[in-house]
Amino acid sequence: MNNKIIIECRKDQLVKIRQFTSDTLEDKKVPDLQAHKLVLAVDEVCANLIIHANDCNPESKIEFDIAFRPRQIIFTFRDKGVGFDINEYQSPSLEEIVSKRRQGGLGLILVKRIMDKIEFSTEKNCNICRLIKLIPK
Amino acid sequence: MTEIKTNKKNNVHLIAVHGEIDAESSIHLDNALKEAIENEEKQIAVNLSELSYISSAGLGVFISHLDEFEIENIHLVLFGINESVKEVFAILGLEKLLKITETEEEAIQSFYEQ
Repeated sequence: MNNKIIIECRKDQLVKIRQFTSDTLEDKKVPDLQAHKLVLAVDEVCANLIIHANDCNPESKIEFDIAFRPRQIIFTFRDKGVGFDINEYQSPSLEEIVSKRRQGGLGLILVKRIMDKIEFSTEKNCNICRLIKLIPK
Repeated sequence: MTEIKTNKKNNVHLIAVHGEIDAESSIHLDNALKEAIENEEKQIAVNLSELSYISSAGLGVFISHLDEFEIENIHLVLFGINESVKEVFAILGLEKLLKITETEEEAIQSFYEQ
């Protein structure tokens, strides 16, 4: 099974990346509840890349792949938009989000709570974001 | 595919959400809540039993209106949330901020208890 997909930076592509992730995890027999959360984290990072890093420009592309290792699943995004390291982002508190009537801010909190490790690097103009989920024995 | 239907029952403004709410479709949920606010609805119950997926964009819609709801004395209750979606609410601790019930009857009853 090919675990790689390339999408255009349009919000309507989110459903495509969710379906791809969901199908791939189902194929590897990842339990439904766990898969739902992993799909959500992938969706959140992808939405961020489409909207903020690439300004919803359909000419820009995001390459996404899922790799299965003995005790981990690695989700990798590659794009050429504005680089953004999730690890350096200070998430607002829930209270702050409520009082400032913000609609954003929750996505990256979810990603950090769902994934075990997030890596960000840049190679030859290409941003690489890796989400790593450890699989317990 | 997202579908949002509204109707009225015992003075309660009911919003039923079908399908998935993500960064693209969350605008429809936001519009439904804004419409309820403009119509001066004071009791809003949102049926999420047919909601299969919600991302932070959809959750953010509910959260962004909470402050206004409190000031305007608008009561919001969500009901019928499936297990996967409930888990997402739990990751963020949203059950502490939002009134959530299992059934529509409980949701409507909760307005009388306030």
